[in-house]
Amino acid sequence: MTEDARPRRRFLQALALVPASTLAGGTAAHGAQAAMDPDAAGETYEPKYFTEEEWAFVNAAVDHLIPADEHGPGALAACVPEFIDRQMQDAYGHGKLWYMQGPFHPEVDATYGHQLSLVPRDIYRHGIASCNTWCRQQHGKVFAELDGGVREQVLKDLESGKIELDAVPAKTFFSFLLNNTKEGFLSDPQYGGNRGMVGWKMIGFPGARGDFADWSGQYNVKYPYGPVSISGEKG
Amino acid sequence: MAIRKDKVDVVLIGFGWTGAILGQELTEAGLHVLALERGAMRDTPDAAAYPKVLDELAYSVRGKLFQDLSRETVTVRHSLAETAVPYRQHGSFLLGDGVGGAGFHWNGMHYRNLPEELEMRSHYEERYGKGFIPEDMTIQDHGVTYAELEPHYAMFEDVCGTSGKAGNIDGRIVPGGNPLEGPRSGEYPLPPLQKTYSQDLFEKAALEVGYHPFPAPASNASGPYTNPYGVRLGPCNFCGYCENYGCYMYSKASPQTTIMPVLLRKKNFELRPHSYVVKINLDASGKRATGVTYIDAQGREVEQPADMVMVTAFQTHNVRLLLLSGIGKPYDPATGEGVVGKNFTYQMNGSVRVMLPKGTELNPFAGTGAGLVAFDDLNGDQFDHGPLGFVGGAVVRHGFTGGRPIKQAAPSPGAPAWGSGWKAGMIDAYQRSMSIGISGSVMAYRDAYLSLDPTYKDAHGLPLLRITFDWHDNEFAMLDYVGRQVEKVAQAMKPEQYVMGIRKKGSHWDTRLYQSTHLNGGAIMGTNPSESVVNRYLQSWDVHNVFVMGASAFPQNMGYNPTGLVGALAYWSAKAIREQYLKQPGPLVQA
Repeated sequence: MTEDARPRRRFLQALALVPASTLAGGTAAHGAQAAMDPDAAGETYEPKYFTEEEWAFVNAAVDHLIPADEHGPGALAACVPEFIDRQMQDAYGHGKLWYMQGPFHPEVDATYGHQLSLVPRDIYRHGIASCNTWCRQQHGKVFAELDGGVREQVLKDLESGKIELDAVPAKTFFSFLLNNTKEGFLSDPQYGGNRGMVGWKMIGFPGARGDFADWSGQYNVKYPYGPVSISGEKG
Repeated sequence: MAIRKDKVDVVLIGFGWTGAILGQELTEAGLHVLALERGAMRDTPDAAAYPKVLDELAYSVRGKLFQDLSRETVTVRHSLAETAVPYRQHGSFLLGDGVGGAGFHWNGMHYRNLPEELEMRSHYEERYGKGFIPEDMTIQDHGVTYAELEPHYAMFEDVCGTSGKAGNIDGRIVPGGNPLEGPRSGEYPLPPLQKTYSQDLFEKAALEVGYHPFPAPASNASGPYTNPYGVRLGPCNFCGYCENYGCYMYSKASPQTTIMPVLLRKKNFELRPHSYVVKINLDASGKRATGVTYIDAQGREVEQPADMVMVTAFQTHNVRLLLLSGIGKPYDPATGEGVVGKNFTYQMNGSVRVMLPKGTELNPFAGTGAGLVAFDDLNGDQFDHGPLGFVGGAVVRHGFTGGRPIKQAAPSPGAPAWGSGWKAGMIDAYQRSMSIGISGSVMAYRDAYLSLDPTYKDAHGLPLLRITFDWHDNEFAMLDYVGRQVEKVAQAMKPEQYVMGIRKKGSHWDTRLYQSTHLNGGAIMGTNPSESVVNRYLQSWDVHNVFVMGASAFPQNMGYNPTGLVGALAYWSAKAIREQYLKQPGPLVQA
């Protein structure tokens, strides 16, 4: 293991140390197992953008947003944190796909869309720091170290805006986190997420097959093939 | 000092559908034509190669083919009293970019108007009386009739290899097609695409309720085809990556797959990408264009003289360029005077989501861009509006354009947005959820218009275009009525449950959610210069050697998608230029 691999290893250790009684909710337990699955290729990924604390937050959060459960693997097994970290380094993360000239009017009606001067990198950095500050104040620990049930509630309160964060609106932060998590779970594996095409298998999406001429006229017949990725990986 | 290029006969500003059509038609007339495209060169082998193109994140989510909003966007506001803010991310509409424009990444939904839609004001006043149209509703006739456009609709379908089934040939009703359509001179170039299971279920339900479903015309080739220019299309394979993507099968009609292979080889044609036109130049009289000024890839200012200027960009750009160039009087909503920017319209859509019984296998990923089942019974003026009190209607249709998991899959109604419940909902809904779409018209209003923004600028320091628009009660009433009829179709499908997606009166235009890229008006056509920017041939009333193509010419919007009319108008205009204007340059219609 290289030096840079330590943050994730520490996060995994932190999960392993959570007392069993706090995992009664189920989702966190499954998530921890998924995270420690030696086959999860994300094990060796080194975050390039996120700091150690941020990486722990992202890992803990996505495990609730798409948990491993009776429906199959979750966001950790799909390596969604890697996907999000890689997106932060892309034009998207830097906000270069958006019109970002001022003046900014974040006070306008929500129907006008994103009007903050913040780009995704800022939203994660400020959002995670503010949320961890809030968690420390309320619960004495950062988000990733809280019990599963408490984390679940914190996420719900971010989603509804019940928690007020200083640096970024909680709802905005949560929506980026949720949308990027789903993107990472359901996009082509070339971007780092959807490892093993677990997201596509979950719903039965055949991926990049790109030819259903023979199926367009078959009524109410189950499609028999698993997904393929753009690189040719078969699932 | 600006670089000055040699003069050409015709300069095209923008190279999408209308640029390609005008380029082809005017080079045929022997003219030397130069197309200036602000974006990059783009063609099937580089921009739509299999399997790389089957990438939902890159194309549908991050918008690889869309306009780079970091350099230029529009601003938006709901009312005159508000300060507009920038449309910072793609949402409600997806602006195109590069060679082919939005014509490279459209669905291929290729409709003609219902005849009454081209004569909206006359038709409604005649049938329902002059008082029927509200005072603030500034709808008007196009100034050209369906009968006049028929050969040009047909030509554009022939070029695109449109798949469909005629329902009315020369006034004779033909089984299997749309009996409510205007008379066609002939069949479609190709038969309809294969009808899928969910379309079959929708069709049966629509018939049961008493409607007249038909295979919607699709510029997705149902078989091998050679168009009138000798360009060949291949059969669509239902790959499920159509809108937002280029077509690697050469099945979806685009400038690239239907016209460019012939046009780009011509000696009297040149396409110059990375050429961002900032102004149409006028002579001292202000009544004649001398050419255009553009910024090249290196950021240099270039003057391009030309005898004729064809404004062939997307609707928003056409209007902005007229405003930046001082062609035509800008519209003032306070007085109702002026014309440039007037009658901006959009599309009023709704849906009914139908959950079929568990175990149903719809295979939503087997989709085409436009091969839908539709009915027109609630569209145009195909039903009595008298007791209803609103103007317009909607085409109702169903088909999967794909089952792409990020943007096209949703969990079961009522499922949570995340967690195990979300996963369960996604698994449950994917194969048995389908949506009946309602694509509705939007009328023109005195307070819905386009102008230059006073604050925000593009990367060149030029003002952005400002859209002032919100929904009006007429459209809420239309959608409410159509929605209640479509609910009966949904019920006839005997679903486990259904969810009405009908916008409620009083809600505002939400620029975050994709609705439609059918932005219209602002350089509208008409019968006199006090009410329109261009005449019935799309020629500027003020500057006779400037022609403005595209949906900017629509005085109001129909329920249907605009491209069929956009193409037909371009061929209609090209014919007038070739047969009349070139012989005697000057106004084709006397003001």
